[in-house]
This record gives sequence, structure tokens and C-alpha cells, in this order.
Amino acid sequence: MEARATRERGPTGERRLSLLYLAPSLLVFAIFVFYPLGRTFYLSTMGTDIIGRANKFVGLDNFTAMFGDPGFFKALGTTALFVLFTVVPAIAGALVVVLLLESRISGQRMFRTVFALPFAFSVATASVIFALIYNPAVGMANGVLSYLGVDRIGWLTEPDLALISISITTVWMTLGYNVLVLSAGVGAIPTEVVEAARLDGATGWRLHSRITIPMLSPQLFFLIVISTIHALQSFGQIHILTKGGPDGATSTLVYWIYEKAFSYGSSDFGTASAAAIVLLVIVLVCTGIQFGVLERKVHYR
Amino acid sequence: MSRSATSSVTSKIIVYLVLIVCAIPVVFPLYYAFVGGIMTPGDLASYPPKLLPTAIDLGNFTSALDTIPLARQYLNSAIQTGIVTICQLLSSVLAAYAFAFLRMWAKTAMFALFMVTLMVPWEAIILPNYLLISDLGLTKGPLTYLGLTLPFLAHAFGTFLLRQSFLQFPVEVRDAAVMDGCGHLRFLWRILLPLSKPAIAAVGVYVFMTTWNQYFWPLILGNDDQYKTLQIGVSMLNDAESSSPTLILAGVTLALIPTLALVIFGQRFIIRGLTAGAVK
Repeated sequence: MEARATRERGPTGERRLSLLYLAPSLLVFAIFVFYPLGRTFYLSTMGTDIIGRANKFVGLDNFTAMFGDPGFFKALGTTALFVLFTVVPAIAGALVVVLLLESRISGQRMFRTVFALPFAFSVATASVIFALIYNPAVGMANGVLSYLGVDRIGWLTEPDLALISISITTVWMTLGYNVLVLSAGVGAIPTEVVEAARLDGATGWRLHSRITIPMLSPQLFFLIVISTIHALQSFGQIHILTKGGPDGATSTLVYWIYEKAFSYGSSDFGTASAAAIVLLVIVLVCTGIQFGVLERKVHYR
Repeated sequence: MSRSATSSVTSKIIVYLVLIVCAIPVVFPLYYAFVGGIMTPGDLASYPPKLLPTAIDLGNFTSALDTIPLARQYLNSAIQTGIVTICQLLSSVLAAYAFAFLRMWAKTAMFALFMVTLMVPWEAIILPNYLLISDLGLTKGPLTYLGLTLPFLAHAFGTFLLRQSFLQFPVEVRDAAVMDGCGHLRFLWRILLPLSKPAIAAVGVYVFMTTWNQYFWPLILGNDDQYKTLQIGVSMLNDAESSSPTLILAGVTLALIPTLALVIFGQRFIIRGLTAGAVK
């Protein structure tokens, strides 16, 4: 009894025990993160048969094929536009809402809940509702236009408009999250700072531009990085609203990967894996930027 | 004095007006789902569309349930979400406890390994995961539940958040408890967990929402309608030729109820979970 207790509490016993506690997580990460990560690199160098089985080593052929495919570059461009169309408006919109909520009005809590509501929607439920709103025949989007005397628009079928329509849906979906993060950030600003500025006569926009927004810069920066990464990974709204169309106009990098691997029975896991590596690198660069800036902030403090 | 009071009333009215104008497009899709779900197909299909129903039609809910096995898919989503939430909480609590309280070989490197998994986008490793799960035969029949859940039984986010919470716990109290012969599991279960309820709830709510709302993984995994999740069922309603808009909206409303309840009643846990990385 005594010996067992000592052994359990001894440094070696504790180290063994800690491994035991980590084991479930480590097992899942090994099988479903690290092994697939290695297999992505392996598959990117392999040719595949018609059902997607790797059958021969092809070196960098998949990468050559990918970089020789105009569709791939078009997908990269579409991805960049999609990031631009979603990240900037969703953060700017949330910032406006949060600053307005700061004007010491009653009903703050209710408004905050209202602006958080879209967060309850999954990508599927939000996209299905927007599919109806964009419906050319009976949709509310054209309904509003008809009240304004404007003709019906093919929100999801016009090549120039489809990506914007998907971006609107995405902005709507992410706005609630941004409001929650920025509200928490405003709550963390020390009251003395705001009160001191108020005593000095700063009010309204002046107070916000000199005090609130600079004090929110960590949250704004976090949102820019996180939203960019989320936008890069977007899939569901594209799959439900346009299936990458019309004519590839809304096919982003992730959608391009999906089509290579699963669509039209193409099962081209080799090229899809090569594109997955490109996605991985882009996301890692974004994460790297985040860590780099955070590191610098810590040093300068 | 009175001039500044008037101008502050005016500015407050302007703030309210702007907030209300911003709130309309935010709330509209939700209104559309709930009201559209009880409209008659004729009302909703009229152009320009009606904003208020002329008659209430609850038949959409039953026909939504008839068109696609939504009730079954509700159950599937509940099973999937239940397994993932419980297992992820368990694995995260154990790992977070080890990181917060136990001596460990190469602790820094081990923690870095956990953090690395957070940087790998799921979409970049979804193909090999699909190959693995389908090679194991976990895309057919009841085994689909395993395929849906296995890759998500652990996640470093929960470990990260719970570790932060556990680190707040006074070390002296733990040492005293262990000194009194309280084993690690006993301490964890009897003392630490009851005191960490807010953090546990934050992780639980977050895992529940992300799992319930998953789309890409259940989409490529499901072959059999009987084992598809609710999210896939709802998007199938959208694709089905036979379904009317009212029927689709009724299906969406059914799918929304659990997460909407969480956003309205569990908001403080959601905020805590979501903003864990944003506010230091």
C-alpha cells in the first residue's frame, strides 16, 4: 500500500501516468492527423487508377499537371477574391455594430443576442435558406428588387455575381462570431482609459478612433487571421449554392480539391493531394504571420 | 446643458435607427425560415413573395419528415454529436490535467505537438482520412457512426482551453489533497471538475455546435440515406426536385432548433469558448 502510493507519487511514476492521460489524444492525432498528413505528401507523388488507388510513383508529375492547369490558377484567384469579399466586410460590419452598441444605450444585451443569432446556423442550414432567398423565381432577393422596380437577377447563375452572392451568405454567417469577439474585446478595455479620455473631452467618433479601435487591435488582428483561414477552408456554401459554377466561377481551392477527388467519378487523389499541400502551405503561412506578429508585440511591450 | 441633452437624445435615436437597419438583414433569414416553414406553398411561391402568411400550414413539417428520413437523420446527428462531445471532453480533460498538474517527459515539445495539430486544416487531410475510413469499411451501415466520429474523438482546442482553466487552480490545494492520499483521478473527478464547470461547459457547447453543424465530412462519408446526418438531409431537401420552398424551410427550422436554443440560452459559454484565443 505504502510502496504503491510512493511509486505513484514518484517523479517517474508521475511521468508514466501523464503519458497514460495523454494517450487517448495522442492516439487520435497519430491516426487522424499525422498519418493522413504524411499520406497526403505520399499521395501527391503517386498516380492513381480510376477508383483512386495509388498505383505508381510519378514524382512531381501531379504538381506539374496542377500548375499547368488554368483551372487551378482560376481557383486560386477565386479563393483570393472570396477571402477579400468576406473577411473585410464581415469585420468592418461587426466593428460598426460593436461601436454602436458601446453608445451606452439600453437594450444592449438584446441587440448583442440578435447579432449573434446567425451563429446558430450551420453552413448547410444557412446555405439552404439563402438558396431560397436567391431563387430567381420566388426568392426574396428579387422580391425586394421588384419593389424597387428592378428586374429579376440570376443571383447564383450570373458568372460575375455568383461569387458575390456566396460572399454575402458567408458574411452573414460570420458576422455573429466577429461581434462576439469584438464585444469581448471592448469589455476588456480598462474603464479608466475610457473615462480619462471622456474627461479630456473625447466623445463619439473621436473617442473610438483614438481609443477604442487602437485598443481593439489585438482582436481585430486575430479576426483577420482567423477569418482568412476560415474563408480559405470554406466548402459547404459553395457546394450547396452553386456547386462551383457557373462555369467554375465559384470554384475555390478547397472546392477544386473536392472536384478532383470526388466529383464526376474523377478520383484523381494524386492531383487533389498536390492541391491539398498548396492549401496547407497557405494556411501555415497565415498562422506563421499570426505568431510572428504576436511574438513581436510581446517583445515590444 | 439643454442643447447637449437634446443632441445626445438625437444621437441616441440615430444609433437605434442604424442598429435596427443593420439588424433587419441579420434577422431576416431566421424569420424567413420560421415563418416560411408555416406558410402555405401558395403564399411563399407568390411573386413578389409575401412577408406574412395568409394562413398557417403545419403540414410542411410532416411532409418534410416524409420526403427524407429526417427523423432518422436527427437521431444520427444526435448519436454523432453525443459520441464526439463526450469523448472529446474526456480526452481533453485527461490531457489538460496532465499538462497542468503532472510531471512529464519533454512537456514543452509535447504541448507543441498538440498545438501543431491545430494548425493543420482539416480540408488538407480529408482525402487520406476518407481513404483510411473507407478502407476500414466504416462507411457502410451502422459502422458509419464510427466513421463519422473516430477522427474527432480528441481535439487540441479543448485541451488548450481546459489547461488554461486548470492552471488557475491553486497548486497548494491540489498538493494538500494529494498529500491526504487523494489519488489523481479522485482529485480530478471530485474536486477539479466540479470547480471547472464553466470551462467544461464552454468546451462542451463549442464541440456540440461544431459537430452538429459539420458538413464536408458527413457529405463524403454517407452512402446510405439511413446513415446521413441532419445537415446532409437538409441540403438534400434543397436538391430534391419534389420539395417546395415551404417544405425546405420546415426542414431547416427543425435542424436549427438545438443550436438556436444554445445560442440564446448558452451564450456566455459560447462567448467563453469562442473568444478563448482572442482575448488574453
